[in-house]
Amino acid sequence: MAFQFIDEYERQFRWLLTRYPTKQACLLPALRLVEAQQGFIDDAAKKYVAGRLDLAPAFVHGVFTFYSHYRRPGDGKHVVMVCMTLPCALRGAGAILAAFEEHIGIRCGQTSSDGLFSLRKVECLGSCSTAPVAQIDDDYFENLTPEKVRDIVLALKNGMTPPHLSNGPTPNGGCRCFKPLVEACPEGSGAR
Amino acid sequence: MIARDFKPLLLDGAYRAGNWALEQYRRQGGYEAAKKALAMPRDPATNSVPALIDEVKKSGLRGRGGAGFPAGMKWSFVDYKAKKPRYLAVNCDESEPGTCKDRVVVTYNPHLLLEGILIACHACGIENAYIFIRGEYVIEFERLVEACAEAYKAGLFGRDAMGSGHTIHVTPHRGAGAYICGEETGLLSALEGDRGYPKVKPPFPAVEGAWRCPTVVNNVQTLALLPSILRMGAEAWSKIGPAKSPGPMIYCLSGHVNKPGLYELPMTVTMRELVYELGGGVLDGLRLKAVIPGGSSMPVMKYDGAYVGSDGIERTDDLDMTMDFETLRAAGSMLGSASLIVMHERTCMVNALYNLVRFYHHESCGQCTPCREGSGWVEKLLARIVRGKGKPADYETLMSVVGQMSGTTICLLADSCAMPVGSFLVKFKDEFQYYCEHGKSMVKDAIPL
Repeated sequence: MAFQFIDEYERQFRWLLTRYPTKQACLLPALRLVEAQQGFIDDAAKKYVAGRLDLAPAFVHGVFTFYSHYRRPGDGKHVVMVCMTLPCALRGAGAILAAFEEHIGIRCGQTSSDGLFSLRKVECLGSCSTAPVAQIDDDYFENLTPEKVRDIVLALKNGMTPPHLSNGPTPNGGCRCFKPLVEACPEGSGAR
Repeated sequence: MIARDFKPLLLDGAYRAGNWALEQYRRQGGYEAAKKALAMPRDPATNSVPALIDEVKKSGLRGRGGAGFPAGMKWSFVDYKAKKPRYLAVNCDESEPGTCKDRVVVTYNPHLLLEGILIACHACGIENAYIFIRGEYVIEFERLVEACAEAYKAGLFGRDAMGSGHTIHVTPHRGAGAYICGEETGLLSALEGDRGYPKVKPPFPAVEGAWRCPTVVNNVQTLALLPSILRMGAEAWSKIGPAKSPGPMIYCLSGHVNKPGLYELPMTVTMRELVYELGGGVLDGLRLKAVIPGGSSMPVMKYDGAYVGSDGIERTDDLDMTMDFETLRAAGSMLGSASLIVMHERTCMVNALYNLVRFYHHESCGQCTPCREGSGWVEKLLARIVRGKGKPADYETLMSVVGQMSGTTICLLADSCAMPVGSFLVKFKDEFQYYCEHGKSMVKDAIPL
């Protein structure tokens, strides 16, 4: 299916074009806008963004695959990323991963058959002094224990806001990308 | 010595909801330093403010990103003669294992960073600043966007920033998950909309950086310390802590301590004080075995006995050394990002190293063979050893692979892998050899890693 920005993201995209000296520089944030709009980045969206930025679709694909944090089309509704790097590992990240596997009912690297969860190991999430840590979608969960993992998974399975969120739920129902800044500074930055 | 009466500059108000609001920041004298700075006239020949650059030089501020390079000196390397626009790239790609402080500064004190950006942009005659923040930090990114919006509405940024007549813009730029984007030229590649491949230096970013224009790359904390320098005056500021490592440092404590967390202090504090006093001692009352002092890329310090160095001389690491740039370097390690990863006696160093090397292999960008293949070989060798299939010769093989990784690549990632590997192998030689020979860990009741 063809992809196209809806008005809200079209406005942000056009604003981004005014903030950098080249069109190409908008690539990483533009892919984030795609993610915000439809939840994942597929080939149609890559082709669309390539066209808007005067880039080859293959180039956009090459950049996209370099980065691990973008959401892919087959990802579950909730992507669970468990940090396994040393500071978390020292504080029992292995048991946290095992608890996620047990309560979701899938192995690391899999997506549940109902499409609700994807579970993966990731490298350092940058929250080492509150280890062990996991990120679920946009949110961080710190100082985890297997019991907390059980509560979090149960809440998500029931469509509720999970407990033990470290910074509270993402404000305003998910990432608003550049919206407040576009409103505060609608004019370009003179970079182009 | 712990400076107990020290009032934090960067973590002031941290963990307090609402501390991030502009109104709150202004109540505490926020943006007064930027106002003072922006009132200083620019030299028309270079479109920069030499007096401001000198003030930062005089403060002795060293970059907080890991290398500890003098910040004022970095600014003076900018090619001010080039007839090109200049850029500021703010490094908030915090991804070094053990390091978790930019995140707290940005979440609770975003305006401290924005004020620092105004000062840096004015000093170096920069119109456009970009804050490169790692993709995982979504809430932090949102906070930055909100703070920038507040600052624009208040006229602090824009075509006439703070009524100075100068244009200063700031744009948060979110990455997408790649450790290498914390390397300054890798960051610039990502900012330009490419894979985060580091570039060969020279030319250095100050001469030819983003979009081949002169670019200043500064860490979040380096910039966030600028308002305090102007407020206190460089002279007074330079008196905080040791002469060659002035100003406060945020120490990140992680791993096997009772009270992990962030501790902002002058760099007179010792390793012992950080672990046993501020950190509340080793977890479960166990014995301290090792500490990686500056983020995972730095050589490890061994605290459970002596070791024979690569020069054949027997040494012990000093628990009472002060945690400043000079002392750590003299001790054969580096302060790096001042992030301590503490390990107790039940940590198997072979498994710990395997964990770290897996990280570096995963994060190698793949451009240079010694890094891409070297980190992979080390990972494979260690995987074989921890599976109990190691061979006695594996120790020497590991040493030789590591020896071929340092200094042979475009950026420092290969060295960042080789430094911990080399130090683990030298300082815990008996553990590695035992694992190779016996097919199991020498450590009793080792924790799972």
